[in-house]
Amino acid sequence: MSLGAYLAVSAALFVLGVVAIVTRRNVIYVLMGIEMILNAANINLVAFQRFHGGVEDGRMLAIFVIILAAAEAAIVLAILLNAFQMLGTIKPSEADQLRE
Amino acid sequence: MELSSKLWYAGLALGTAAALVWGGWTAAGEGVCFALFAALTLGGGLICVFERSVVRSAFALLLTFGGVAGLFVLLESDFLAMAQLLIYVGGVLALLLFGVMLTPPDLKERKLPRVLAGLVVCGAALGWISWRMLQGASWIDTPVAAAPAPAGSAAREVGLSFLRPDQYLVPFELVAVLLTVALVGAVYIARRRRVDYAAPQAEEST
Repeated sequence: MSLGAYLAVSAALFVLGVVAIVTRRNVIYVLMGIEMILNAANINLVAFQRFHGGVEDGRMLAIFVIILAAAEAAIVLAILLNAFQMLGTIKPSEADQLRE
Repeated sequence: MELSSKLWYAGLALGTAAALVWGGWTAAGEGVCFALFAALTLGGGLICVFERSVVRSAFALLLTFGGVAGLFVLLESDFLAMAQLLIYVGGVLALLLFGVMLTPPDLKERKLPRVLAGLVVCGAALGWISWRMLQGASWIDTPVAAAPAPAGSAAREVGLSFLRPDQYLVPFELVAVLLTVALVGAVYIARRRRVDYAAPQAEEST
């Protein structure tokens, strides 16, 4: 397959991630959307590395992205646990305690 | 399962079949593999966005991550594919399922029009941006360099790049420290503590 096919899949996955972040009213969906966006970026990096040169840079950058995504997911879940204990909810629209 | 869900999944299956036929028509074996993994990726993402229950969305994300791993294999990055499976499917998805336990199911949420509108708006915006970028793209005209013959596994190159001081040794060590700090910090934040947050002068005890 050509480079354009991979770029198209990556762009579609990016759009799905943005839609998951924007439209669903739930923090878990925001996290899922972020993971989808990072995956789309990874596809782009590896595809360009495969089709446009012999250096390892794209692949290595993708590995670092995966590592950072794992760290990010762990921290987000810890924060969510804490927020749930404090507020009793983890919906972004209902967490407005700072306003009072 | 209600009628709209049945229609939705039937449409998704039909789209997958169409993609498989199209891939086999244009590029034979590799095209079929690419179409299969692309359909897994995008179908999982679509189910995740549209599905009503959070648990099903999380499991649909399994399809997406698996499809992306397959695309990595097609792109000759075997180490990356295995890392994707291990870290995303084994780690991130398990964490997500723990997060799902915190959310009550919101089955009455009417979100189909909102999601459709978001899909149309975001897709149009991204399509417009990519079209404008493709106007001035120079990498399309440059002849694609012939891919070097893979000398064995790509994992060897990745490992060597990690350990060469002039390449990725310092970022590798830095990211190791960052991962340790992040995980220890996550455990510290998420530990169970008995604090009454409503009381103004609560005494903290762990």
